[in-house]
Amino acid sequence: MKKAILVLADGTVFEGRALGFEGETVGEVVFNTAMTGYQEILTDPSYKGQIITMTCPHIGNYGVTHEDVESRRIWAEGFVVKESSRRPSSWRSEQALHDYLRESRVVGIEGLDTRALTRHLRDAGSQQGLISHVDLDPRRGVEKARTAPGIVGRDLVSEVTCSQPYEWTDGSGVWAPEADGGSSEPSRAGRRFRVVAYDFGIKQNILRRLVDTGCAVTVVPASTPADSVKTMQPDGVVLSNGPGDPEGVPYAIEAVRNLIGWRPIFGICLGHQLLGLAMGLGTYKLKFGHHAANHPVIDLRTRTVGITSQNHNFAVRTPDATAPDSTGQAMVKTPFGRLAISHLSLNDESIEGMVCLDQPVLSVQYHPEASPGPHDSAYLFHQFARMMETNHA
Amino acid sequence: MPRRTDITSILLIGSGPIVIGQACEFDYSGTQACKALKEEGYRVILLNSNPATIMTDPELADRTYLEPVTVEVVEQVIERERPDALLPTMGGQTALNIAVGLAQRGTLSKFGVELIGASADAIHKAEAREAFKHAMERIGLKTPESGSARTREEAARVVERIGFPAIVRPSFTLGGTGGNIAYNREEFERHVEWGLAMSPVGEILVERSVIGWKEFELEVMRDLKDNVVIVCPIENVDPMGVHTGDSITVAPAMTLTDKEYQAMRDAAVRIIREIGVDTGGSNIQFAVHPETGDLVVIEMNPRVSRSSALASKATGFPIAKIAAKLAVGYTLDELSNDITRVTKAAFEPTIDYVVVKMPRFAFEKFPGADPTLTTQMKSVGEAMAVGRTFKEALQKAIRSLEVDRFGLGSLHGLDGGIPPGANRDELAARVRSALQTPHPDRVWHVADAMRLGVSVAELAALTKIDPWFLDQIHELVEFESRLGAAASSLGAPVAFPEQRVPGHLSLDPDLLWEAKRLGFSDERLAQLTGIETGELRRRRAADSLQGAMRGVTYKRVDTCAAEFEAHTPYLYSTYEGQCESRPTDRRKVMILGGGPNRIGQGIEFDYCCVHAAFALREEGIETIMVNCNPETVSTDYDTSDRLYFEPLTEEDVLNIVDREHPIGVVVQFGGQTPLKLALPLARAGVKILGTSPDAIDRAEDRERFRALLVQLGLRQPASGMARSVEEAARVATQIGYPVMVRPSYVLGGRAMQIVFHEPGLVDYMASAVKASPHHPVLIDKYLEDAIEIDVDAISDGRQVVVAGIMEHIEEAGVHSGDSACSLPPYTLEEGMVGEIRRQTVALAMELGVVGLMNAQFAVRGGHLYVLEVNPRGSRTVPFVSKAIGVPLAKLAMKVMMGKTLEALGFTEAPTLRHVAVKEAVFPFAKFAGVDVLLGPEMKSTGEVMGIDDDFGWAFAKSQAAAGVPLPCAGRVVLSVKDHDKPAALEVARRLRRLGFLLEATRGTAAYLQRNGVEVEPVNKVTEGRPHIVDHIKNGEISLVVNTVGSESSQADSASIRREALQKGLPYCTTMPGARAAVMGMEAALRKGLTIRSLQEYHHS
Repeated sequence: MKKAILVLADGTVFEGRALGFEGETVGEVVFNTAMTGYQEILTDPSYKGQIITMTCPHIGNYGVTHEDVESRRIWAEGFVVKESSRRPSSWRSEQALHDYLRESRVVGIEGLDTRALTRHLRDAGSQQGLISHVDLDPRRGVEKARTAPGIVGRDLVSEVTCSQPYEWTDGSGVWAPEADGGSSEPSRAGRRFRVVAYDFGIKQNILRRLVDTGCAVTVVPASTPADSVKTMQPDGVVLSNGPGDPEGVPYAIEAVRNLIGWRPIFGICLGHQLLGLAMGLGTYKLKFGHHAANHPVIDLRTRTVGITSQNHNFAVRTPDATAPDSTGQAMVKTPFGRLAISHLSLNDESIEGMVCLDQPVLSVQYHPEASPGPHDSAYLFHQFARMMETNHA
Repeated sequence: MPRRTDITSILLIGSGPIVIGQACEFDYSGTQACKALKEEGYRVILLNSNPATIMTDPELADRTYLEPVTVEVVEQVIERERPDALLPTMGGQTALNIAVGLAQRGTLSKFGVELIGASADAIHKAEAREAFKHAMERIGLKTPESGSARTREEAARVVERIGFPAIVRPSFTLGGTGGNIAYNREEFERHVEWGLAMSPVGEILVERSVIGWKEFELEVMRDLKDNVVIVCPIENVDPMGVHTGDSITVAPAMTLTDKEYQAMRDAAVRIIREIGVDTGGSNIQFAVHPETGDLVVIEMNPRVSRSSALASKATGFPIAKIAAKLAVGYTLDELSNDITRVTKAAFEPTIDYVVVKMPRFAFEKFPGADPTLTTQMKSVGEAMAVGRTFKEALQKAIRSLEVDRFGLGSLHGLDGGIPPGANRDELAARVRSALQTPHPDRVWHVADAMRLGVSVAELAALTKIDPWFLDQIHELVEFESRLGAAASSLGAPVAFPEQRVPGHLSLDPDLLWEAKRLGFSDERLAQLTGIETGELRRRRAADSLQGAMRGVTYKRVDTCAAEFEAHTPYLYSTYEGQCESRPTDRRKVMILGGGPNRIGQGIEFDYCCVHAAFALREEGIETIMVNCNPETVSTDYDTSDRLYFEPLTEEDVLNIVDREHPIGVVVQFGGQTPLKLALPLARAGVKILGTSPDAIDRAEDRERFRALLVQLGLRQPASGMARSVEEAARVATQIGYPVMVRPSYVLGGRAMQIVFHEPGLVDYMASAVKASPHHPVLIDKYLEDAIEIDVDAISDGRQVVVAGIMEHIEEAGVHSGDSACSLPPYTLEEGMVGEIRRQTVALAMELGVVGLMNAQFAVRGGHLYVLEVNPRGSRTVPFVSKAIGVPLAKLAMKVMMGKTLEALGFTEAPTLRHVAVKEAVFPFAKFAGVDVLLGPEMKSTGEVMGIDDDFGWAFAKSQAAAGVPLPCAGRVVLSVKDHDKPAALEVARRLRRLGFLLEATRGTAAYLQRNGVEVEPVNKVTEGRPHIVDHIKNGEISLVVNTVGSESSQADSASIRREALQKGLPYCTTMPGARAAVMGMEAALRKGLTIRSLQEYHHS
């Protein structure tokens, strides 16, 4: 069994066994507590620049399948697991995880105390790290980790976005959320809306869910100016998730600012942060981010709780301590009118969602498209559809 | 929404006695619910007939009724207490069925009692098989094709349509009782008849079998705002076809992709909404086709369950506690997560370890029972283990079971490779055939098949166990052979241990460390490498002194995979770099629990352990609990200060001692499990609190005990000891038959038997030697017709208080755990009671008991004989505590910490103005074809208590509580052995006086008629028809009195008792039992049922 090391910028060293592609990699080390969905996580472009630690001890149990990707490739810089299953078992499996990682040239490590690593990241904060199969000297490793570029202020979006606009037509098919469809929102045949989706590192499930909701979707590169979008005459605009620091993509903030008020906007994750910045709010880096499929978020308008899928390192903050109004929502005045904080994290009370009261804008910090994770927030796609419907009328 | 203020008092119904399918988990959930509701300021009224529960401790509720859990009694409770609401979801199927009964009878509406937690409608929709199926159709979910039936004809029509194999599932039963798999028409007819009989509403569902599909369970919580969370997905290693209670189960689910899991989660959310469980928890079972992913819903329990207890322990999310709070109006986001303190209960736990639960069976207790595992639960207990991988958790679970297995040791002598001269193909064929049907040893057979070269793919086809699990086992088997090879290359041929040479001591420490990481116990490593367990331990210690970090570490169960800090020291061991135990430097005491429930060691011992923890807390001493039974209150993280969820083996316990350095360890409360560890722990320098290990040995060791009795001048039945058949025959002849024979050091009368002649003795020796190879067989004179007495006493070393003297109803020879008993004695004379007290005190003083002591005596011909003394907490401690209103285990713990009885204010047992009767409850109904006769081998799984002003009513209540109420009128059939005829005459006369009609088999009838009793003769089964069993089948009989002597007459009459059992008829198999039943009926016919709470009994 080939040895490997994981070292952190603060000098912490873990020894383990080599996993995946033989080599060396650097990135910001984060942990994800989801118990399923490692393939969706690996292929989520938001992980660009990061090494992912899975807290669930057995990973790779059900192998990988081409159906469960969230983008065209793996974006994570490295993968850390307690134990990678040598033999996958699932009727859906096409390949073993370790082979997938090797083919995708992703360097990983297994057999280390991932819980100790997670506790360390929780207490010390996420930080740059290195996995190496080829140079097991920890001192050199720490040095490389320290000097590796961090994610703050960096434009990682340009590395993951598409180069050309394209149409997206696939829906969720058999995997459509059951709570959706039939019950609350009868699905109407045909494409009711035209939507432009900004690809800041978009997860394909956002696109599938838009199609499920009756949208004809055009995906555009992150650098697309607002005017180009306007000439496409969509009914609404989706701002996708994406990697890194929202302040690293000023051109996107600019575009968003020019689109607010023009057509309904639905922001997700990085898209939500860009909206916040465009409206004059700030963002900040969380100590170790939210990377999970079990985070409770309360909708302050209904006081109901949804279990959400999350993956972000930054969050939006309101200018100063804004007191909630009688409805429980904190209200912020922006150049675009009143902005209500609609969702909060029950774990740390960070902002998880916003609604503009004077513009058709809605955004959430978490992932209503799930994949991986619970489908509790599927309703947001319908809210976006209603917004587009109302805007038409 | 904050708590409801429109209700102030809540009635909670417990699940009654421990039976297969309903065990301590409902004490765990009920206790949590009581505490949660009290904490909220509600007046809590509790009904449960099981005295061994923590929930029936008088402090836990405002009013505690230890009365039969029946609709009639609940009506009286409601009438007396006028609760505003009834919470029926904490007491298993029993409480749920009662709630349905009350709703149907209009009692709830009459007294304005609101059902909270689950409405009558929701319960009906979930439990009535047909209604559930329709509900699933409405929300677009599939269920296996099926049809319901109320008659055999209807059932036949359904199976015509769906084909074989078919599953028969009775409505409204627990633990799959009466459920079965039929592969052909003949089996089907038998199962349908049985199923219809077992369903309280006479309805079954005949269902297309999905045997071999993967099986999953989700624990779901919902609040009034319609927030829903899934606490934990559990996957069964044993696929569909084996009851989940009998399956090895794993958390989290291991083989589902996120897409599949989310589809299942969506389904669960829709189900709980459709069924309408609006507050609280539910358990939903799914089956998934392994090759197509097809998902079907199997069933839903709209209440907390065994699985929810498991999920709570597996994740740290206290389902019952939260469910109780949701039931009174809170929403999930208003309740906090106790473990992280900073987060809310509205979340889904995520775990960074693997939990494996394994069932524990007791087939050895029921000769003739079929050990094939099927849809009806047959296990009597379970152990849970936590590890960082499935492999580690599985191996820990195996040794937690305490079945003398410390890993996947071969059942076919293959540990050292295939033995010379053995035929691999022949062995493989044998193992393959053993794997055709599921049974308790399946996982060991799987390992053996791998040792014989059978592939994972073939095993998956044979067993339908998912290849992922099989491959994990394969990794362990491969590692074992690597280890064996390494050891033998160093000169230790494992198959021939006597030839080992010291060279193997240089075995690579990294390899050993890897073994520990895979969960191997030192015992198993010793088997595989020839290195003694003590040596392995010493090496690890030396290693860690050199800073090699190869020692055991402890991690915390924290609900969140370390995302937030855990404030509750709920720990499990593993072998990894970082240890999170953070021991304190407080004065602390470690309590060893009882491990998995088994016959002879169950909830009673957990009750004592919990009281020990409470007592220590009151004394300001930190408590450390060690146990591995997920059903229990002792493993609730807030019972003790620190909880180690660990196997109770010498190795695992010593590891914790090394980490925690307690001032002492308590072994006298957890039953035989910790007691067995007393000497090894003491030898390792651990202080055993209370009675010394030497005193324990003095009571357990036959020779030393005999000397003790001689010294005290106490009488004991003649006895001897034998190590061979010849010696046994010699001793028995000397003593004189009948004799009682048993192996030494056993619990629950394992392999104990009364033999009447030498051939019987020779037969017995063959099986007894198997039961306990290293200990001799003990032979005692059997005292026929003696009255047996159980005594619980407490001593501080200076003073002994006899807390309770219980007179058994069945004669000596029936295991004390199986016998009904009365406190105070109901036939003994005052002089004899005094003598019992005197001898008990003398024994406790001489042994130097500090803590509890249990003594058993027999009274015969005016003489008192000492049968045995156990210087530890006994099975009857909770019963006596409830009967006399004194928490004995708590006092005992304080005594062990140095308090005197005087200081504690307990110098004399109170004089009772009431009578308490304990009755045992048996699992016979679960084992088709097993005889119900009682003997020296314990067979009961649980107990109930009846309490009233006189013996008759207390006994009648105990029978009703045990589920077989005595009749008030009707026809009694008697068939007794010659020896019992005089006693039967008295019983018959009294029955006639009460207005019963009598019939009797020829001999008995003749005797009664000769003595002037009106009785109709009836044929024995062997005498032509119509016979006695026909009468029972036709429902003409309301009580059976049947005693038998010889083995041939036992066989002849077995069908009588079996039929009575099947019909749910009360039956007496001993004359004292029949006499007590008559006294019960006399009392019941004299005056109606009245009930009183424990608080009233003990404060009047």
